[in-house]
Amino acid sequence: MEMEGASSSGSGGAAQPTLLPSRRSKVFYRFTQQNLPACKPALTPTLVITIFLLAGITFVPVGIICLRASESVEEHVLRYDTECIPEDYRSNRVAYIKDDSISKKCTLNIKLRNQMKAPIYVYYELDNYYQNHRRYVKSRSDKQLLYGLQYKDISSCKPVESSNRLPVVPCGLIAWSLFNDTFTFDVKARKLNVNRKNISWKSDRDHKFGNDVYPFNFQNDTLIGGGKLNQSIPLSEQEDLIVWMRVAALPNFRKLYGVIEEDLDADELLTIHLSNNYNTYSFGGKKKLVLTTSNWLGGKNNFLGLSYIATGCCSILVAIIFALIHVKFPRPHRDASYLHWNRKSSATSR
Amino acid sequence: MLFTFYLDSSSSLHFDSPAPQLVGDLHYILLKSCINPVAKQKELLVGALEFLVECCKDQLAMKRFIYINDDSFQDSFCDNRISNRKYTILNFLPKNLLEQFSRFMNQYFLLIACLQLWPLITPVNPASTWGPLIFIFAVSATKEAWDDYNRYLSDKKANERKVWVVKEGTRIQIEAQDIHVGNIVWLRENDEIPCDLVLTGTSDPQGICFVETSALDGETDLKTRVIPSACIGLASEQLLKIKGVIECPNPDNDIRRFDSNMRLFPPFLDNDICPLTINNTLLQSCYLRNTEWACGVAVYTGNETKLGMSRGIAEPKLTAVDAMIDKLTGAIFLFQLVVVVVLGFAGNIWKDTEARKQWYVMYPSEGPWYELLIIPLRFELLCSIMIPISIKVSLDLVKSVYAKFIEWDEEMLDQDTNTPAHAANTAISEDLGQVEYILTDKTGTLTENRMVFRRCCISGISYGNENGDALKDAAFLHAISNNVPDVIRFLTVMTICNTVTPIKSTGGAMTYKALSQDEYALVNAASQLHMVLTSKSGNILKVNFRGADLQYEILDILEFTSDRKRMSVVVKDCQNEKIILLSKGADEAILPHASAEQYALLGLRTLCFGWRELDECEYVEWARMFKEANSTLTDREWKLAEVCQKLEHHLEILGVAAIEDRLQDGVPETIETLRKSGINFWMLTGDKQNTAIQIALSCNFISSEPRGQLLFLNGRTQDEVFRSLEMVLRTMKITSSEPKLVELLKSCDFRTLAIGDGGNDVRMIQQADIGVGISGREGLQAARAADYKFRFLKRLILVHGRYSYNRTAFLSQYSFYKSLLLCFIQILFSLFSGVSGSSLFNSVSLMAYNVFYTSIPVLTCFLDKDLSEKTVMQNPQILVYCQAGRLLNPSTFAGWFGRSAYHALVVFLVTMHAYSGEKSEMEEVSMVALSGCIWLQVLVVTLEMNSFTILQHVAIWGNFLAFYLINSLVSTIPRLGMYTIMFRLFRQPSYWITMILIFAVGMGPVLAIKYFRYTYKPNIINILQQNERSGGPIYAMVKGNLESQIKPVDSDLSSLSISQAKSRNPVHEPLLSDSPTATRRSVGPSAFDYFPATQSRFSSSSSYSRNLKNN
Repeated sequence: MEMEGASSSGSGGAAQPTLLPSRRSKVFYRFTQQNLPACKPALTPTLVITIFLLAGITFVPVGIICLRASESVEEHVLRYDTECIPEDYRSNRVAYIKDDSISKKCTLNIKLRNQMKAPIYVYYELDNYYQNHRRYVKSRSDKQLLYGLQYKDISSCKPVESSNRLPVVPCGLIAWSLFNDTFTFDVKARKLNVNRKNISWKSDRDHKFGNDVYPFNFQNDTLIGGGKLNQSIPLSEQEDLIVWMRVAALPNFRKLYGVIEEDLDADELLTIHLSNNYNTYSFGGKKKLVLTTSNWLGGKNNFLGLSYIATGCCSILVAIIFALIHVKFPRPHRDASYLHWNRKSSATSR
Repeated sequence: MLFTFYLDSSSSLHFDSPAPQLVGDLHYILLKSCINPVAKQKELLVGALEFLVECCKDQLAMKRFIYINDDSFQDSFCDNRISNRKYTILNFLPKNLLEQFSRFMNQYFLLIACLQLWPLITPVNPASTWGPLIFIFAVSATKEAWDDYNRYLSDKKANERKVWVVKEGTRIQIEAQDIHVGNIVWLRENDEIPCDLVLTGTSDPQGICFVETSALDGETDLKTRVIPSACIGLASEQLLKIKGVIECPNPDNDIRRFDSNMRLFPPFLDNDICPLTINNTLLQSCYLRNTEWACGVAVYTGNETKLGMSRGIAEPKLTAVDAMIDKLTGAIFLFQLVVVVVLGFAGNIWKDTEARKQWYVMYPSEGPWYELLIIPLRFELLCSIMIPISIKVSLDLVKSVYAKFIEWDEEMLDQDTNTPAHAANTAISEDLGQVEYILTDKTGTLTENRMVFRRCCISGISYGNENGDALKDAAFLHAISNNVPDVIRFLTVMTICNTVTPIKSTGGAMTYKALSQDEYALVNAASQLHMVLTSKSGNILKVNFRGADLQYEILDILEFTSDRKRMSVVVKDCQNEKIILLSKGADEAILPHASAEQYALLGLRTLCFGWRELDECEYVEWARMFKEANSTLTDREWKLAEVCQKLEHHLEILGVAAIEDRLQDGVPETIETLRKSGINFWMLTGDKQNTAIQIALSCNFISSEPRGQLLFLNGRTQDEVFRSLEMVLRTMKITSSEPKLVELLKSCDFRTLAIGDGGNDVRMIQQADIGVGISGREGLQAARAADYKFRFLKRLILVHGRYSYNRTAFLSQYSFYKSLLLCFIQILFSLFSGVSGSSLFNSVSLMAYNVFYTSIPVLTCFLDKDLSEKTVMQNPQILVYCQAGRLLNPSTFAGWFGRSAYHALVVFLVTMHAYSGEKSEMEEVSMVALSGCIWLQVLVVTLEMNSFTILQHVAIWGNFLAFYLINSLVSTIPRLGMYTIMFRLFRQPSYWITMILIFAVGMGPVLAIKYFRYTYKPNIINILQQNERSGGPIYAMVKGNLESQIKPVDSDLSSLSISQAKSRNPVHEPLLSDSPTATRRSVGPSAFDYFPATQSRFSSSSSYSRNLKNN
């Protein structure tokens, strides 16, 4: 019986009879003895305080840079769904939007505060619009978008899979509810050129939407929702649709409408002619027009910058608190008598 | 006999060879009818017959009659085809699936998977559940199939083995599977016995043979088997033609009983019935040893043998950790139901109020009847990942690694025999770390079971007191040479009163084969004192005493039973034709208050020798009763004990022999260490109280200062055993209560480990949560029943058990953490998606998240060590953390739950804010959130892991890279929704900035809290870790502290009463984070007021009585 041997365990694992010449089997041997060399990081005060301090020191500048980047973005947001309703219909907006006989044209002005450098992105922003609703998000057929009418199994497109017993291309609620407000911009009585090409992902145009798939039986008959599509243009070039089909994860989202490829000067008055077709009134959604420049971090979004600064500050604060505690209550590491249960037990034992 | 024939004609029962028992019953009824002359003869007859028929039916149902060597006798018994297979090719799939689906978890997953087939409600592709489910099922089915195939192969091998069988008077060779009941099987030395046989002849003139029964009961020493008296003296030619009938019970699994009778047909013997016992049998799978040949009648064949019948399905032992995980799973399931109900409700309300207005969702105004159910069911599916499907597989995997570690451990390799430890049950390692009670057998477990005769006391004179060895005591030798009658008689008892078999080797030296070590010691000592047992042939026993040959005829052997605690032989002294009863036994049994205390105080095992001359009439009378009792089929044991009692009285006490049984090396140290770790030891022994106390003292069971707890318990009744739960040490009087004791402890939810070496504690080992078999001197005895066979208890518990527990605790909670993390994000997302049950993550991500991304790094926790082995060994007290389950309980689980909720919140909020507005594209956001989860889970593993070997680095960081690699690969497939997403994200600085933000916000608080606790509210483990890692000396806890460390368990115990014990909350007090001295919940008042009977027993050992409580 080798009980003594056991008590000296952990130390002598390596000095065992070696029938294992090669290095590999040696490693395996140490593995079997649970004796692989291991590093055991310890949470020493120095280490932890350093980590927090370093984190704080790096996070605050990064946060400031992000914030600066976000601040440097020129952004104009214009909510137009309330503006563009004639006075008589203010109380009954749904009737207004559903009445085709009423002109939906509307003109608004924006006065630019600062100069905007090209490219200036034009987004429309929808709020309280649930593109991520389960019924909605599932109601599409990626195969049909790619292969068109050849692809027959479009049951996933319910409830907009066919009309008049003919399949709808593109099918599904998403396509059917295509956003159909339009915008044109005038500056100094000159029409501003808005580039509506290449607003969608190239990968979508090339691989997700067929270039020989044409809209068919779309927005026909009773099934009329949002925008219509030009029957003669293949889906891969229907960029509004492609953008729309990239569903948003949150009920508040922006989608690219076009890009203005010229600089706009400060204090310039921008006239916007829009047709307010899309119905957000029935569910109390908001429609906004956004003009924004962009930089390496994206559009205007203070969140990252602010939270980086906040996190950095918190880290520094925590580091300082820990340092103070450490100075105030230095805990000698190698003092076994500190073992508080030792003290406690000596106090309690009679 | 008239009635017998009458019965024959009136019923279809066959009595052409009337069974003795039936005849006996008939006599009984006739007797009854005679003493009741008033009743009408006919009525009586009818009543008697009805009764008889009932009897016969019963007995025929309970018995089988075997006609020896009768080919015309076509039996209805099965042939000798052994089948251990669980499945056949045809039923494998259905049976295995059925088995797997009997588990709750699997049913749950199947239900989820089936629900997912309904496209209306499934949030993701059904493959995300079916894939892992099928994978897991395939893995376990493959394992089962492989095991079964191996069983099939070994069965086939056994079935096709050639054996010699007597057919029509000649020996022919057939395959083992063709043996039929009633065949005479001929065996040669070292043959494996193919089925259960009743021995009829051996090569040995004395009619004995030796078998090795290790495959049956794990005992490797050879057992003696004797041929029944009826067959003694038959030549081998006669054996070929032998005819007869054996009446034996239907097959059962009791390998220690075979109560049956045999009657040979003329011309072999008269009509006498010869009783058979287990000693007349050769059981399947044993080996014939040291015997040239033997033959026997097959009585049980195939799967009906004793072995086959005991090959039941072992009840799986569920570890405490498993039970806790099950409970937590149940809790999570309830939580999930609550979430489903609440969100389902909210979803339906939102649908009816908001969604109807949203024209683009196009809700139909009239839905189907089950419309109300749809949203809740969607949430059920969405939340189904809360219960991680991978946990079972992960746990099984790491558990088998734990077991492997135990087997590989070279420090648990026995240097002498080169036997490594063997973990028979791979699944219960972590229970080792939670052991609270160790029940240990004394003999052979604590001691070496190498007995040596040391002292004796004959007629009041003690020998061997001076030098501690009676064999060298001049006074003793002198007394022998002077033929002091008592001394001679004492030696005679030593030599004769046993079941030792002398074997004369070719060199002329005597060796002895003994069933028990003390008999061996006695016979050996006697032979050194010139009383040599030279031969035993049949009933004649020859003893050589100083050159003179003495002959004794053994008339009866009253075997040792644990109830009587003694064994006796009745012999006829061939010199003077006197019949004497020689008896030896535990001293109380022979003489209730023998003066053997002094030996006991030395820790020696004492045996009293008694002697009585019987007169002829008394013996004849008794022998008849004995034979009768011996041939009963029912309650034989009890009847025998009763009969033996009738003879063993008024014994003349010759003296006391004291036998030493040395402690094994390292036993005191081990016990001391384990006691420090808060484990309670109960030693179970049949020794005298004082002997037990001495042994206990010398192995640190109890300290010499009066603070140990000791109970002397004469546990004849179960009640008494039950009443003494709160005792730390007990001396048990009957081994049969051992299993009960274990059951008792188990019923109180204490983790018990039973350790033993011999046959008598096999049941105890099976009953305990963990059984440990020692391979002691007698060989690998209890190994069969035991879960671990080992000799390094300390290392097993402190190192392997503790690590296993820690690792499993981490792994299981982590599994829940990561599943909950994802699930919480889904729930949060559903709040922003119109409570409609959309999934943020796509099917591929969901499936891969559970199966690949998060399962692999954490698996390496099987290498994690919180403290080095050395530190653990020096500070056994820390085991209390495992015992109390402080690393895995609802409280720690709540911590993980909270952490996953917090992390989900961080991931969700940061992602949704950083990726808002124009970036809010579903696939991108989903991937950002998933990456956030991966970052956090990688860092959580890193933070929670205590030591990093190369493997852990590879697994953790490799997995991290693999995540990006896999997703990049998936992003190159145009067909998938994820096409180009990963590359898009790689290019965005905001992605990386977001990731770092998630990491910092998620881990910062966790790190801060962990550091704060670790440094300013440390538990012992933390302190030891600090000491260890700062390179400082590891302070072993000072002695005074150790005892207070033990205290919590003790004081807990003392206040534990049986009645309330079962209501003790099995969930240990949570964390008790700062104070290990905190006691567990104390239930009820002191139990001692309850049990005056128990208390009174204390008086006998008052010096050791408990005062621990007041310590």
